[in-house]
Amino acid sequence: MPKREIDLPYRIEYLSILDENGQVDIDLDPNLPEDLLLKLYRAMVLARRFDERMLILQRQGKIGTFAPIKGQEAQIGAVATLTPEDWIVPSFREAPAELWRGKTMEDILLLYGGYNEGGKTPEGVNNLPVSIPVGSQMLHAVGMAYGMKYRGRNTVAMTFFGDGATSQGDFHEAMNYASVYQVPVIFVCQNNHWAISLPRAKQTHSKTIAQKVLAYDMPGIQVDGNDVLAIYRAALEAVDRARKGGGPTFIEMVTYRLSLHTTADDPKKYRSENEVREWEKRDPITRFETYMKGKDILDDGKIGSVAEEVQASIKVAEQRAAEFSARGADPLDMFAYAYAEPTPDLVEQREELRRELEARQGTRKREPEARN
Amino acid sequence: MAKINMVQAINLALSQEMEKDDRVILLGEDIGVDGGVFRVTDGLYAKFGPERVLDTPLSESAIAGMSIGMAIYGLRPVCEMQFSGFSYFAFHQMEAHAARMRGRSQGRFSVPMVLRAPYGGGVRALEHHSESREIYWAHTPGLKMVIPSGPRNARALLVSAIRDPDPVIFYEPKAVYRAFREEVPDEEETLPIGKSRIARPGDDVTLISYGASLRPAMEAAEGLKEKDGIECEVIDLLSISPLDDTLLTESVRKTGRAVVVHEAHRSFGAGAEVAARIASKAFLYLEAPIRRVTGFDVVIPNYQREQAYLPDAFRVEQAVRETLEF
Repeated sequence: MPKREIDLPYRIEYLSILDENGQVDIDLDPNLPEDLLLKLYRAMVLARRFDERMLILQRQGKIGTFAPIKGQEAQIGAVATLTPEDWIVPSFREAPAELWRGKTMEDILLLYGGYNEGGKTPEGVNNLPVSIPVGSQMLHAVGMAYGMKYRGRNTVAMTFFGDGATSQGDFHEAMNYASVYQVPVIFVCQNNHWAISLPRAKQTHSKTIAQKVLAYDMPGIQVDGNDVLAIYRAALEAVDRARKGGGPTFIEMVTYRLSLHTTADDPKKYRSENEVREWEKRDPITRFETYMKGKDILDDGKIGSVAEEVQASIKVAEQRAAEFSARGADPLDMFAYAYAEPTPDLVEQREELRRELEARQGTRKREPEARN
Repeated sequence: MAKINMVQAINLALSQEMEKDDRVILLGEDIGVDGGVFRVTDGLYAKFGPERVLDTPLSESAIAGMSIGMAIYGLRPVCEMQFSGFSYFAFHQMEAHAARMRGRSQGRFSVPMVLRAPYGGGVRALEHHSESREIYWAHTPGLKMVIPSGPRNARALLVSAIRDPDPVIFYEPKAVYRAFREEVPDEEETLPIGKSRIARPGDDVTLISYGASLRPAMEAAEGLKEKDGIECEVIDLLSISPLDDTLLTESVRKTGRAVVVHEAHRSFGAGAEVAARIASKAFLYLEAPIRRVTGFDVVIPNYQREQAYLPDAFRVEQAVRETLEF
């Protein structure tokens, strides 16, 4: 038998609608309604300002380590295609998407301020909490989507992760299972080019991350990850397909982490400032502003009022978080959510800590001047 | 009431819970058409169909991770690890997510799932097919770790595990799977997770064991009575975590002597925890040091040497005599 070729589709589309100068491809423009465009704009600005504010608070020692999102605000385009009944399964660089879906800034401040309370999601908001072990959460989206299919719901699960996550086994297992069971999952890879110090080129030898779908016979697309319109359009197509029973889709958002991996990181050690400058020119917010101005939806006055309104809402969130902090973190609450019902051992250990705390307080009361 | 073995008893629990509750879904490798390599899920695929009995691609981590998502979404997945020796692929999912989701989300989300896995030696298997590493799970806050010792308690505990609001690791002693039969009622029966039981009453020495090791412990107790009139009280832990130390503490207060028996490695094993509990709750009643009859701290050898590794009645009897002579 001679060798023969097996005919496989090996083509990955790249979608870009709004270029870095804000010029739109008229044929591809999804022509979103004005109120949605304004909402997207505000959400992106809020995400950027909130991120900047968090960095200041971290440097002041008011909150702990967190993962800045600067440059990746266009991710909101993906969740803007969802309904409240859909679910998102985020990683840890999706604060913009989480906020869009109803997570509060106050809770984010509390979470990174060291309060477990910040990990909750408001009732009715279908966001799973952030998942810190890289590349492990996509499987949960697959399980949830299986549940949706099993129950005959018309909903989808959208899961987020970075380029680094695609090297994990769990990523491939999730892709495989999603494809085998044809469940309504949208995999959104935020390829921000850097997994801490490892550049995209060293993360995987493949030309694109999107092409990994070939192994799973899954539709996949690469989009300009700083183009909110392209992301919206690609996500909408994926969500529609999933709702119609068409199974999973993979979207690679090509974006860039303009800021730090986390606040414990110094990127100067591994990447050039020039590279960052180049990507700053492709800022997702600037080009969207240009587009909106061109459509006469935005002018300098409106930009100013959005800025003010956003700053005010961040201030309110900070105040609320500060009020919560002022009440303090009762150490005994660490036992609260270990199990649905505390085990006898936990009841005992909680009591042990309670007594110890009382004893410590007694010690402090007895010798207040001794330390001064 | 029928006399059935543990495989049939577990099958009965799964089948009845699936009939009662359409949230219960099974997933694992070869569990559907093939009925599982030990035939535990035999007939369930035919009865409930491929949507509820999933023959998954070969990936323990994905089986666990998908189960977590299903459980968060409101289903009650019961997943099978073909052998506990392969469950460590799934350990990360269980430790990082199943065990933590309730706390991470401050009670908003929970993971009511069961991870079933056959464990233990004595079936002349290959490497990775004979180990007893329950303590990995038991040491993980947020998980529950259950090990039945016979058909009847296996059935009742599995029903409780499926209905439990938190993730439960359910280890099945494969050496017991078809070793003996017990009367198991057709009617619903549950056992509370986190409660031990007295498997045999006695006044002279307390034997504490669980799972497959309960058999040599019981055998030793019978032998000691026959040969020397020694009465062992045997405690069957049933749950490794949460660990119920009430019965065993009471027993040691009565006997003053304790021997812990398990086939898991000795150091840092469940026996160490039991010994620490006895030392802190019954110290003044002790007449002799607490003994541990366990697997050694080596990888369980292949089957030509397996019997020398596994605790048997001889080894338990010897330890009991030494404890009594101390």
